[in-house]
Amino acid sequence: MTAQHTDYYGTPGEETEGTVYTAMGGGDFADIAREQAERSDETLVINMGPQHPSTHGVLRLMVECDGETVKSIRPGIGFLHTGIEKNMEYRSWTQGTTFVTRMDYVSPLFNEAAYCLAVERLLGIEDRIPQRATEIRVLMMELCRIASHLVAIGTGGMEIGALTVMTIGFREREMILDFFEAVSGLRMNHAYIRPGGVANDLPETGIAQLRTLIGWLEKHLPEYAAFCNENPIFKGRMCGIGHQDLSACFALGVTGPVLRSTGYAWDLRKQQPYCGYETYDFDVITWDTSDAYGRFRVRLQEMWESLKIVKQVTERLDASTGQPVMIDDPKIAWPAKLAVGPDGQGNSHEHIKHIMGESMEALIHHFKLVTEGFRVPVGQAYVPIESPKGEIACHVVSDGGRKPYRVHMRDPGFNHLQSVPIQCEGGMIADVVVAIGSLDPVMGGVDR
Amino acid sequence: MSVRRGMWSAGTGDTSGYGRIVREVVVATPAAGPLGSWYDSVRDRLATLVADPFVKVVFEYGELTFHIPREKLAEAMWALRDDALLRFEFCASVSGVHYPQAAGAELHVVYHLQSMTHNRRLRVETACPDADPHVPSVVATYPAADWHERETWDMFGIIFDGHPHLTRILMPDDWVGHPQRKDYPLGGIPIEYKGTTVPPVDERRSYR
Repeated sequence: MTAQHTDYYGTPGEETEGTVYTAMGGGDFADIAREQAERSDETLVINMGPQHPSTHGVLRLMVECDGETVKSIRPGIGFLHTGIEKNMEYRSWTQGTTFVTRMDYVSPLFNEAAYCLAVERLLGIEDRIPQRATEIRVLMMELCRIASHLVAIGTGGMEIGALTVMTIGFREREMILDFFEAVSGLRMNHAYIRPGGVANDLPETGIAQLRTLIGWLEKHLPEYAAFCNENPIFKGRMCGIGHQDLSACFALGVTGPVLRSTGYAWDLRKQQPYCGYETYDFDVITWDTSDAYGRFRVRLQEMWESLKIVKQVTERLDASTGQPVMIDDPKIAWPAKLAVGPDGQGNSHEHIKHIMGESMEALIHHFKLVTEGFRVPVGQAYVPIESPKGEIACHVVSDGGRKPYRVHMRDPGFNHLQSVPIQCEGGMIADVVVAIGSLDPVMGGVDR
Repeated sequence: MSVRRGMWSAGTGDTSGYGRIVREVVVATPAAGPLGSWYDSVRDRLATLVADPFVKVVFEYGELTFHIPREKLAEAMWALRDDALLRFEFCASVSGVHYPQAAGAELHVVYHLQSMTHNRRLRVETACPDADPHVPSVVATYPAADWHERETWDMFGIIFDGHPHLTRILMPDDWVGHPQRKDYPLGGIPIEYKGTTVPPVDERRSYR
C-alpha cells in the first residue's frame, strides 16, 4: 500500500539538476552532434516519430540512448485521436458501426463484431441472431485475422529489411480484401456487421470466390515459413528480442500473440466462446520463447488455424444458402437483401417497391427506423473478443435512448504499447523497431 | 436517474404531438436475492475480506458489477487480485462515464477485471462527485491501468490519486477541458448546402 505514494518516474524539479536531455526543439543535426561532442558523454535523446516509417503509423518514441544502447524509452500517443467515441454519442446505434470500423483499420471487422455483440447483449437478442449471420461473421473475422497477421508479418519483415515478406504479404492480403470488397462493397471500413446480423448476404459468386481464395492462400502461405523460419538473418534479428515473460504480460494487460508467445494458451475463442466458436475445430497456438520470433511463429501458425475455420465455415455457408442474415425483428432490422449498384452502394429493390408502391405504413416505419433508429434498454455491457492483436472489447453504456450514452473500445494495441519500455530498455536501438513490430499496434485503434 | 419529456432533444420545438411522452431513466437497479453460479461466492468473499465494500451489487445482462465506494477501492482491488478465491489478476480496461444528472456521483470509473485462473469476468464501478473528482489510482495493483487512467483523466477530468504520472495522453498537453464529458461540445461548424445551413451534429434537432 505504501507504493501508492511513490513517484516512479522521478520527482518534480529533478530534471533541473545537471544536463537536461531533451527531445524537444529539433534543429539541425550538425548542431546536435556538435553539442554532443562538447558535452563529451554518449547520451543522446532521439525523438523517433510521430512521422517515421517504422513506428506503424503516428507513434512517437522518446528514446534516451547511451551510444547504441537504449537507456530509457517512452512512447507518446494521441496523434491519431479522432474522437470516435465522443462522435458516437451523437449518432444512432446502427451508425455506430460506421464509426467503430475506423478504429483499428487493419482489423475493422473485429471492431464491428465487438460493438455489435455488446449492443445485441443490451437488446437481449443474442440468441435470436440468425445462424447464417453468425457464420458470415465468423468467416469475415477469420479472413480478417489472416489479413491482419499478414500486415503484422509483412511490415515487421520490411522494417528489418526482409522486403519480400512485405510484398508477398500484401499480395495475399489484397486477395482477401478483394473478397471483402465483393461481399461488403469496401476493402476496409466495411460497416458490414450490424446490430442484428450483417448488412448483406454473400453475393451469388461468393462461395466460389471464397474457394478460389482458400486455394490461393493454401498455395502461398507456406512461402512465409520457407522464407523466414530458418532464415539465419531473420532469426538473428528476431530471436531474444523484445522479451516479455508471462507475469509482465499479466501486469501490463497484454493479450493475443504476445501473451501466447510466452507459452500460455489463452484465446477467448476457446476460453469464452462467442459466435459459436466452440463448434469449430481449431487449435490455440503457443510458443515458448517470449520474444519477437515466437510472436512471428504464433502469427504464422494462427493463419493456418484461421484457414481451417474458414474451410469449415465455407461448408456451413454452402448448406445455409438462402437463409436470412438479419434478425427477424422489424423494429431493429434494416433491409439486408441488397443489390449492388454501379457505384458499389446497395439498395433493396424489393423493399423499395414495398415502401414506395404498396404500403404507406411500411414507408413511415422505414423512415422512423432509419432516421430515429431503435432504442436500447438501459444498462451497460462489456463484450471481449479475440482480435488478431489480442482482447478487443467494447464497453457500451445505454441510457435507454436512440444513441449510445457512452462507448469505449478497449483496444489491445493501447495496452501493448505500455510494454514498449519493458521490451526495449537495455537493448539496442536497432531492436526497438523489431519489438514494436512484434507488438503489432495500429494507431487508429490505439488513439481512437 | 432522470426524467425525459417529449421525443426531441432539449430546446427544440415539438410539433409531433408526442410531447407528452414521459420516460424515466433508471440506471442499474441493485440485484436482489441469490445470483447463482460463482457470483454469490465472489461477492461474499470480498465482503469478508473488506469491511462493507459495496454501495450496491448489480447483476444485469449476465454481467456482475460491484459498485464500490472510492474510499474502499484500493483495498478492494488488492483483495480482488490477490485472494486465492478471487484471483482477478488481469485488469483489461478502465473507462469513465459522465452522468451529469446524478448529483454527488457525476463521474464514474468502470474497471473490467478478468480472472484467468477461474475464467471469470467482473466489473467494478466507483463514483466521485464533480466538485471533488478524486479516485485512488489502482496502478500499484494493476500496472496495466496506467495508460487507461491517464486516458480517463484526459477525457473526463477524474484525478487518480497516487498515479505515477497523471498527464494527458490523447489530447495535447496544453488542452483545456475534458472532451468526453457531457457538457463538452462535440464541435463542428455549420455547413452551407444549396442555400440552407445545416448546424453541426450536436446542435441539430434530434430524436432522443
